[in-house]
Amino acid sequence: MTQAGPETPAGAQDIVFDHVVKTYPNATVPAVDDLSLTVPAGEICVLLGPSGSGKTTALMMVNRLAEITGGDIRIGGRSILDLDPIRLRRSIGYVIQQTGLFPHLTIAENVATVPKVLGWDKKRLRERVGELLELVGLPAGEYGRRYPAQLSGGQRQRVGIARALAADPPVMLMDEPFGALDPITREHVQDEFLALHARIRKTVIFVSHDIDEAVKMGDRIAIFREGGKLAQYDTPRTLLKEPADAFVARFVGADRGLKRLTLTRLADLADAGALTPARDADAALPQLAADASLRSALSLMVAEGTDAVRVTEPRGPADGSDGTGPVLGVASLDAVRKAGAA
Amino acid sequence: MSAQPVIPDYGDPSACVARDATFCTDWFGDHWWNLFWPALVQHLELTLIAVVAGFVLAVVAAVLCHHKSWLAAPVSGVTSFLYTVPPLALFQLLVPVTGFSVLTVETALVLYSLYLLFTTILTGLREVPEDAVRAARGMGLTRWQILTKVELRLAVPSLISGLRVTTVMTIGIVAIAAYVVDQGLGSLILKALQSPFNTQFIGAGALAVALALAADGVLVLAGRLLTPWARTRRAA
Repeated sequence: MTQAGPETPAGAQDIVFDHVVKTYPNATVPAVDDLSLTVPAGEICVLLGPSGSGKTTALMMVNRLAEITGGDIRIGGRSILDLDPIRLRRSIGYVIQQTGLFPHLTIAENVATVPKVLGWDKKRLRERVGELLELVGLPAGEYGRRYPAQLSGGQRQRVGIARALAADPPVMLMDEPFGALDPITREHVQDEFLALHARIRKTVIFVSHDIDEAVKMGDRIAIFREGGKLAQYDTPRTLLKEPADAFVARFVGADRGLKRLTLTRLADLADAGALTPARDADAALPQLAADASLRSALSLMVAEGTDAVRVTEPRGPADGSDGTGPVLGVASLDAVRKAGAA
Repeated sequence: MSAQPVIPDYGDPSACVARDATFCTDWFGDHWWNLFWPALVQHLELTLIAVVAGFVLAVVAAVLCHHKSWLAAPVSGVTSFLYTVPPLALFQLLVPVTGFSVLTVETALVLYSLYLLFTTILTGLREVPEDAVRAARGMGLTRWQILTKVELRLAVPSLISGLRVTTVMTIGIVAIAAYVVDQGLGSLILKALQSPFNTQFIGAGALAVALALAADGVLVLAGRLLTPWARTRRAA
């Protein structure tokens, strides 16, 4: 090994769809029609759309589970058509709904699948599996020898993510990975994945049919309409503020204003100096931690019939407190509305 | 078919034999090594060869039909037709071709085994969760790796249940094969059928039953060892 210095994760690579067309045999209309978009390295791009809009096909073309019939896809500048599909797939993380874990293999064996076919030696394999299971919060000592059926849905999904990361791929494809989870577990696993992504910074393409999930997970969202046409590709903020057409506006929903409020936290208001100092008279106002979104703040105002909330320093139960910290100020309805419209 | 005397000369009769009792343990014990044991081993050999050959053929056929689904109907049709022909008739049909030989017996046994083995293996392959196969493809496993490391492994419970039924059935049909070759427990039964002395026929029959039970037990055990994941499901 000539490589020196601390080990760095494989650099993320951008993914470019260049006038991609997919027409299935015997189909008269393309499943994906002239798709061009660039996913910058290290970002999460959510492919969103109704069923039959070609979003899953678009995903499967990246690892050649579906072969493109026109145009090109490049990962880090290199056309996927230049690589043997088997080798290409081994260099791309793949997570699907229900995880697709192998029920006959233990958790550790599942995670080791790709490194094993790549011919890693036993020691390196064991170390990598331990490291990954630790990363997703399922220590190998406790979970490694269990079988998928012995885990909860959320735990299985975390194993699916660990398995996809096993060979440290620069790119990950996730096909409705959290679709089968109950809402509470889904929220939790989404948060965990975002925290994980902040550390590993892979380029991720993520298929979803849920606008709320897309707004939460995506750095960018690509909305597809029927016929495999890209309707709009933008950041969640722009998408919600300026839908390109009636289809996108309808798809993101009449409450897109409210959805945009989820993108801003009370802490952002505090940073922008949009909070007013708390007075004694404000003691009766409902209070909310600063890591809550503006949508939560608005919801609380509506529920409590007030036109402002007190914003407190976020404190976890780990601090031994009751979860609230010192008051940062007061967020008024007006401030929330202005921030939401910005 | 056999030129040997119907009641062979087994030497001086014991008291039990002289009394013509239903079952003479002493006679059974005296003839264990020269009569029953060799027949039992032959019976097992005839069964094993047929089941192993049938299994290999059925796996190949099932894998082909799993990938080319249009093949499944014709293959299923032919094997189920073979399964409906009475064993004696099938032996009779093959004798002009391959003679009174072990080859005739094994050919017939393999043709019989195909239907049950093929059907259960194909069912097993079709019941493999689609997600697991899609994930395996997406992770870059080759078709061969998907077949051997995922599909066939997950089909093990079906393979075992197919093997169990087929093995027990084959042990039964091997007993009839004595009409073609002078081998196995069937041969002892056939020779004793005309005799008023019952020990040989009862002993050989009981051994065939014991062999079937033992083989079934071994397969059940093998199935458990090969599917450690299946037992955890209840615990989960």
